[in-house]
Amino acid sequence: MADDKYKIQKIDDYRWRIPREGKMRVDGIVYADKHMLEEIQKDESLQQVINVSYLPGIVSHSLAMPDIHWGYGFPIGGVAAFDMDEGVVSPGGVGYDINCGVRLLRTGLYRVEISGKLESVVNTLFANIPSGVGSHRKDLKLTQQEEKNVLKNGARWAVSQGYGTKDDLEHIEEKGCIPGADPELISDRALERGRAQLGTLGSGNHFVEVGYVSEVYNEEIARALGLEKDGITIVVHTGSRGLGYQVCDDFLRVMIDASRKYNIELPDRQLCCAPINSYEGRNYLAAMACAANYAFANRQMITHWVRESFERALHVDPKESRISPVYDVCHNIAKFEDHIVDGQKKRLCVHRKGATRAFPPNHPDTPDAYKSVGQPVLIPGDMGRCSYVLVGTEKAYSDTFGSTCHGAGRVMSRGQATRVTKGRNIAEELKSQGILVRADSRATLVEEVPEAYKDVTEVVDVVDHAGIGKKVVQLKPMCVIKG
Amino acid sequence: MPKYILIDHTADIGIDVFGTTIEELFTNAAFALFDIIADLSTVECKAEYQVKISGVDREQLLVIWLSELLYLHDVKYVLFKDFRITDMKENQLTASVSGEVFDDNKHVIKTEIKAVTYHGLSIVQENHRWKARVIFDL
Repeated sequence: MADDKYKIQKIDDYRWRIPREGKMRVDGIVYADKHMLEEIQKDESLQQVINVSYLPGIVSHSLAMPDIHWGYGFPIGGVAAFDMDEGVVSPGGVGYDINCGVRLLRTGLYRVEISGKLESVVNTLFANIPSGVGSHRKDLKLTQQEEKNVLKNGARWAVSQGYGTKDDLEHIEEKGCIPGADPELISDRALERGRAQLGTLGSGNHFVEVGYVSEVYNEEIARALGLEKDGITIVVHTGSRGLGYQVCDDFLRVMIDASRKYNIELPDRQLCCAPINSYEGRNYLAAMACAANYAFANRQMITHWVRESFERALHVDPKESRISPVYDVCHNIAKFEDHIVDGQKKRLCVHRKGATRAFPPNHPDTPDAYKSVGQPVLIPGDMGRCSYVLVGTEKAYSDTFGSTCHGAGRVMSRGQATRVTKGRNIAEELKSQGILVRADSRATLVEEVPEAYKDVTEVVDVVDHAGIGKKVVQLKPMCVIKG
Repeated sequence: MPKYILIDHTADIGIDVFGTTIEELFTNAAFALFDIIADLSTVECKAEYQVKISGVDREQLLVIWLSELLYLHDVKYVLFKDFRITDMKENQLTASVSGEVFDDNKHVIKTEIKAVTYHGLSIVQENHRWKARVIFDL
């Protein structure tokens, strides 16, 4: 690893600069309050912000959101934009779980209507949505050709197969399909891993959570998003499963060779990369789009099973439960976007690894339904506390390439979490707080214990105060299924 | 000497793995991978696979070796516990690996590992023993 000595300067209460030095091409900028910064400095994540700034063609600064923590290659919570001609694309800047993301569903139901039936809701969700090793829907069999259609068309494929409605597509980032996906670039291994895992949740921090709107910070925007106090919401957090991991793995090998070929000096092998317009760079982006589309299809199918589960568990007609997506955001992705750099409009390749797009009102990519309020931003917290819905802002667009945080961020390693919870029954503890949890593995519950995470409220407050996201509502969990 | 020790990494999990020979280092790393994934005490050696891989150097070979086993685990649902390296060169490895297909009634899964990363990857020889560091993405 590179040397770990760096300077850090205060810009204001919520921003800190790591000034350009040595091989750094740009400054590092970290969004955090003073207390968070002290925590962040305990691990190697700021060195990772610096490492990213070494990469060719990086524009303006190497950014870290307040939920930053030590990742591999890029920090988690890292954002970096690259010039289309001089810049690079790096699979390590997207991560293994390509288009890991969050979908928020709103409903026509209220807290009082379901609070007595939670047991049935959580059990039905757990039975209908596969999670854990080797689990999959028995009614779903994909041919390789059909899987390639998934990779090309994303959530559109899912809707064409009866998983949801066309209207759902209007409420997904990129309308659920990133253009330029070329399934012929996907290895047989990735296809093999993907075939059995479509429509599965996976494990670790992935979940489906039923909750309710516990606080409204901005009535007008909440109304525009179809959210109101005590209204039932559902959050789906999952990604591209084994297919995405394999695509990343395959292209890391390609990029290790490419970095040598293009003489790119790497502070960490995980940052291996290739020029955006090179053969390797273009291929990675077309393969990444396939994995991203797979993840959109995955969340769309899970949405369909959430609808079915509610119908079955509550015996309510879908017309009454009115479950529909507010929005669906990617938080591990590289995107081509237009941004203003030194007063000029420039097309850039923006990497967000554990960061969410946060486009302002009236931006062409902000969905029509939310043009006047800004793009919804979904920030899940841990399973015990709360989650937040924000909207994107002009300031995010001008200062952070239209990006903001993505979650709470861990403060404890999984080992630490296991040690501090020894002898405790996490499911019972949560139940006593009125939160029902079903998990495929007991270890998951222990590793995902609420105190292993930063308090998401602190993270969201930094983002809100710094102006790179605007708080709209808070959601509190009622029941959760995990892998 | 332990086969491996866990290192605390906030988001993910890492191992420092040891071996008196490079072959032992690689087999211990594979053992560590599956020891993190599942409780191996109930796993029997019933299914055997042959693995042949190559990499640009020893470090990459280690990542590719573990990734290969993770791939087999993901598509065949096998929990591996026995690893025999039959041939090994600087950038090439042939092995016979065995374990058992996951059975929900018999086996306990501890953690899903998504991938084997190149971050902070190292292999060194010190005091007549080999030591490697690998970080997994969870």
